Formats: sequence, C-alpha cells, structure tokens
Amino acid sequence: MTLLPVLILGARSDIGLAVAHRFAAAGHPIQLAARAPETLEADRADLALRHGVAVTLHTFDVLDTASHPGFVADLGTLPQIAVCAVGLMGDQAGSEADPAAAALVLRSNFEGPAAILGLLANRFEARGSGTIVGISSVAGNRGRATNYVYGSAKAGFTAWLSGLRNRLAKKGVNVLTVLPGFVATRMTAGLDLPAKLTAQPTEVAEAVFRAVTAGRSVIYVRPIWALIMTIIRNIPEPLFKRMKL
Amino acid sequence: MMLSGWGRYPRQDCRVSRPRDEAAVRAQVAKGGLIARGNGRAYGDSALSRANTVDMRGFDRMLGFDETTGQLVAESGVLLADVIRVFLPRGWFPFVTPGTKFVTLGGMIAADVHGKNHHCEGGFGGFVDWIDVMGPDGAVRRTLPGDDLFAWTVGGMGLTGVILRAAFRLRRVETGWIRQRTIPTANLADTLTAFQTHHDARYSVAWIDCLSRGADLGRSLLTLGDHADLDDLSAEQRKAPFAPPARRTLGMPLDAPGFLLNRHTVAAFNRAYYKRGLAAAGDALTGWDSYFYPLDAILGWNRIYGRRGFVQFQCALPLETSAAGLTDLLQTISATGLGSFLAVLKRLGPQGAGLSFPMEGHTLALDFPATPAALALLADLDRITLAHGGRFYLAKDSRLTPDMLRRTDPRVAAFRAMRDAAALPASFSSSQSERLYL
Repeated sequence: MTLLPVLILGARSDIGLAVAHRFAAAGHPIQLAARAPETLEADRADLALRHGVAVTLHTFDVLDTASHPGFVADLGTLPQIAVCAVGLMGDQAGSEADPAAAALVLRSNFEGPAAILGLLANRFEARGSGTIVGISSVAGNRGRATNYVYGSAKAGFTAWLSGLRNRLAKKGVNVLTVLPGFVATRMTAGLDLPAKLTAQPTEVAEAVFRAVTAGRSVIYVRPIWALIMTIIRNIPEPLFKRMKL
Repeated sequence: MMLSGWGRYPRQDCRVSRPRDEAAVRAQVAKGGLIARGNGRAYGDSALSRANTVDMRGFDRMLGFDETTGQLVAESGVLLADVIRVFLPRGWFPFVTPGTKFVTLGGMIAADVHGKNHHCEGGFGGFVDWIDVMGPDGAVRRTLPGDDLFAWTVGGMGLTGVILRAAFRLRRVETGWIRQRTIPTANLADTLTAFQTHHDARYSVAWIDCLSRGADLGRSLLTLGDHADLDDLSAEQRKAPFAPPARRTLGMPLDAPGFLLNRHTVAAFNRAYYKRGLAAAGDALTGWDSYFYPLDAILGWNRIYGRRGFVQFQCALPLETSAAGLTDLLQTISATGLGSFLAVLKRLGPQGAGLSFPMEGHTLALDFPATPAALALLADLDRITLAHGGRFYLAKDSRLTPDMLRRTDPRVAAFRAMRDAAALPASFSSSQSERLYL
C-alpha cells in the first residue's frame, strides 16, 4: 500500500523535523514547507537517505496568507496528514512596548496557522479523510504576565482547533491538538528548563505519531503537564493576579 | 558540566556547547581552546577541554549516497550505529569498524580507528575520500587523501580543526551474518603462529587469558570471520538475509561496588570464558551485531568498574619484537594478579599516515580499574612497550607522560611542529593535548 504524504508546515523547527522523521520511518513521503526551503536541503537528503522515502521542499510563508491557495495547489499530492509546527515565541517585553511586535507574535502563532490549516481542512473535508495536527502550547491554557501575548495567540489557536475538530468530526477528518509543555529546541535554547518537565523533540514526535494513529483529540506530551495546567487553571483569580508566574 | 571519556577517568568540569550550524561552530573556534567531541567513546581525556568542549552530535545528517561506489557523505556527528541501521538492509556495511558502533564519524576519523581487518585492509582513514575541516580562521577546507591536512587529520585527535563532514565508502555485503571460526590456542607462541597461519582471514582477533601463567601464558581464543554469502544461509535465514535475530540489550543500572572486582573474580571470569570458548570452538554462523559489538549489548558496561572509573592500556608492538614484548607484558600483568576482563590481541597491518596508531605487528588492549596499583602497573607496561619499540593508542590513553609518548613515537614531534607552524594550539586543544604537548 502506498502511503500518502505528511506535510510539515514550519519544517525548520526541531519539533517539525522530528515529526517528519517519525512519519518517514513509518513509510510516509514527506513534504517540508518553510521560508527559504533550499536551506533545508541537508535535512531533505537525511530524511530521504535514512528512511528511503520521497521528500520534497516547498516555499511557504505563514504570514503571507494570500500565497496560501497557490502553495496548496503546488503541493502536487494532497497530504494525508498536515502538521503545523509554526511558532514564534517573541519577547514579551518587546510585545508590550511595540504593538507591531505583538501583532507579529499573534499573526505567526494564530492567524497564519489558522489560515493555512483552514484551507487544508476544506480540502480534507471534500476528500472525506485526513488528519490536521496543530502544535499549540500549554501557554494558551491561562494568560500569565511573563508571556501572555504568545499565550493568547496559542489560546486562540487551541480554541480554533477545537472548533475545527467539532466541525469535521462527522466528515472523516480528525483534528489533533498537541500541548507539548517545555521542549528542548532551538526556540528554548538558553532557557533554564527543569529536566523532568522538558521533553526532547523526538518524544514529541513519538507522541504525535501515536496520537494520530489512535485518532486522539488533545494530548499533552508529558502527562505531568496535564496536572500542572489543571492546577494553574484552578487558582482563583484574586490569588492568581498577585502571583509571579 | 562534569565530563569524562568512556573510562570515566579523569572527570573534568568542562564548558560544553552544542552547535547546530557552521556559524555556531565558527563562534566557538574564535574563542579558542576548543576540542570537538563526538559520542564520548574515547576512553580518557581526548575529547575533554575545560575551556571549550564542542559536542558535535547536533551535526548528524546523512547528505548523500552513491549506489555505484558505496560512498556515503555525512555530517561528523552521525553515529556508526545509524549508518549500519540504514545501509545494512540495503546491502552495505562499513569497511572498517571499531569494537563499538556507538561512535561518530568524526570520532572514527580523528582516532583513525581500526577493526578486526587491519592486517589485510587497513584503518578507517583508508576508506575516507574527503573531509571538510574548519580551521582556526573559521574557514572550511575540503581536504583529500595526499594533502598534508588530510594526513594529519586522520588520527589527529581533532587537533587540526573541527571535522564537519566527510565522505567514506561502504562495502557490498550479501547478508548481515558472519561466518565465524573459533580456534583455542595453548600459549602465546601458539597464538602468534595461529595469527600468521590465518593471515588471509578477513577478520581476526584473539581474546587472551591475561591471568594464565607458565606454560599456559598467552593462551587465547582466536576468532576468525568473514561476511557470509547468501549460499551460507539456511532457507529460513535467506528470507531476511540482513536481519539476524535481534539481541537483547541489558542495561548496567548502577555502578558495581569496587569489591566485586578482585583477582579472584577476574581470574574466575577468565577461566570460565576460556572454557566456554573451548566448548564453542569450531565453525558457526553469527549475527553482525554480536560478532562486531559484543559489549554494545550491555549498555553502560563501563560502570562495571565502579565509580572510580577505569583505564585502558593499548600498545602496538613491531612484528619482530611481538613475541618477546608480549611475553614480557603478560608476565608482568600475571605476576601482579591485576587481571583484565577484556584482554584483546590483534594482528596489525602496515602503518598509516600522520599520527595513525597501528604499525605492522600486534596490538594488545587491556583495561584495569583506575586504582593506584593499576596505574603503577601501567607505568611498568609503558616501559616494556618502549623497550620493545612499541607505541600507544591515544584514543585509549588518559595517563601517559609527554616524555614516554615522544620516546615511543617520533611522529609526535613532527605533529607538534606542524601545529605550531599553523598556529593551531591556541585554537584547538584538549586536556590530552595539553598533558602530552601534542
């Protein structure tokens, strides 16, 4: 049986690449989409050599929503699974000082991903099959002073994925929301993350692969994060607003 | 962070970075005092630098493969285990492999590793077509066999620059099985004669009972091998010729307490191992993994020596002095009763370029717990090696003196002169290079 491709949006990200390797190991062709995809040539070669699958590179800019229909048309084969690993952490202080910086974080984490996944979802719905995977964040579970611009964008993305799942559940299309918690990636390099709470990109990839196969809806990569976020969500607001988190 | 080699001795507090692209490596080179580190399988302080240890395992991509020549182009942090996992099912195997598959491409080049086929096919460097090396100026040079830089980089312990990428060749194999023959020998003379008799065997290695004495001194189990053809396999095995039964791996969950390792337990192990070998003597078909990498099945086996760590002694002796030198070494070891679990004897072929370790003759490798008594014994073994015109393997070393190294290997002075002329010591140095003035 020939497997259909897995599309990775934001293929330069460590999580995106790890997910690509996991699905390639299962025999899926891979479509890597990113800005300046020619710089992903080494990763393309590595994926193709290690797993013996076809790997193609595609130019993709999440912020240039006008280009998205053309991007989908140029993919050639409509993927079986679309994984959005696009993300921009931004800098909270910078976002507070400069509305344009905040807008960039909001657009990169919510507006852009929602635009491209919305297009793909419509195509999947018409076909009657497929899986949409959105890599969101536990930062979206409750706004905190230290990163609420990023967090609110992820909150929007999580809510959007939830609604999309609700809409497509009866149409043969599954939507998976992934809440990774801390992950050791280039985005978090330099941050002092607690080891027990921090997943490796390969761990995220394995969790995504299993959840897609099992048709799950929402997953935390490390179960401890479900507990942590339950506690954080349930702290009464009068107390929460005085905390430093 | 605290870092050590595979022997867990010495341990040093090193600043470690893990770059992901050339620009990040260049930034580290600019700081100086850099040594590139692969998977940490050199035993001593070859890949330690307190000031600037660069973990190259982020450079782990395979970049291209030529089906006609078997040439693989890969980044230096790619593991040999991954190369085998990817290419053996397609009918390819490395020309040269060391005794563990958990080594990086960069590490194999830097140590010019040898395998059980050195006597007939040479070291790893002989199958390398080019190397991309980042020099002290941050520029990347592609160096080819015949270049000075190439000759000094193969076996140069990472001291000529940072190995970023390389092209090396794999061999065609029909199966993942090895035809193996085990030959027990009665003593050292018998062992050396058996090596000579079977010089045309592709792979050969002897486990030597280093606690045997008197007439038994040097008794061994000589193991010969070659890649099995499809015709060697049973009909059942031929259905999946590259998939010998998977081995169970065992973890070493904790450091063994020191008292478990004494002359009685080691002697008992050596006797039992020899007896088992006698019983299993003859021809057999075995999987590639258990043949080439018996110790990889026990992940973290280095912890068997406990927290204090262990030291390896590996020397090469010229052909003409091998018998006398090995007798001297084995008698000295046996007399102290400080036996080694793993004493390995191997025939070597002609010497390679640069600082490459092997020389035409024999190599003996032993490990000992890092105790004062063992370190004193090793100093005696150094002197015996020197007296018989032998030399030492830098990838195993953690305790040689610069004087001993220079007296056994005149190439070291030329290596240092080359480093000085190219202003390399300020940019590239390891704890080993500082200790030995490389």
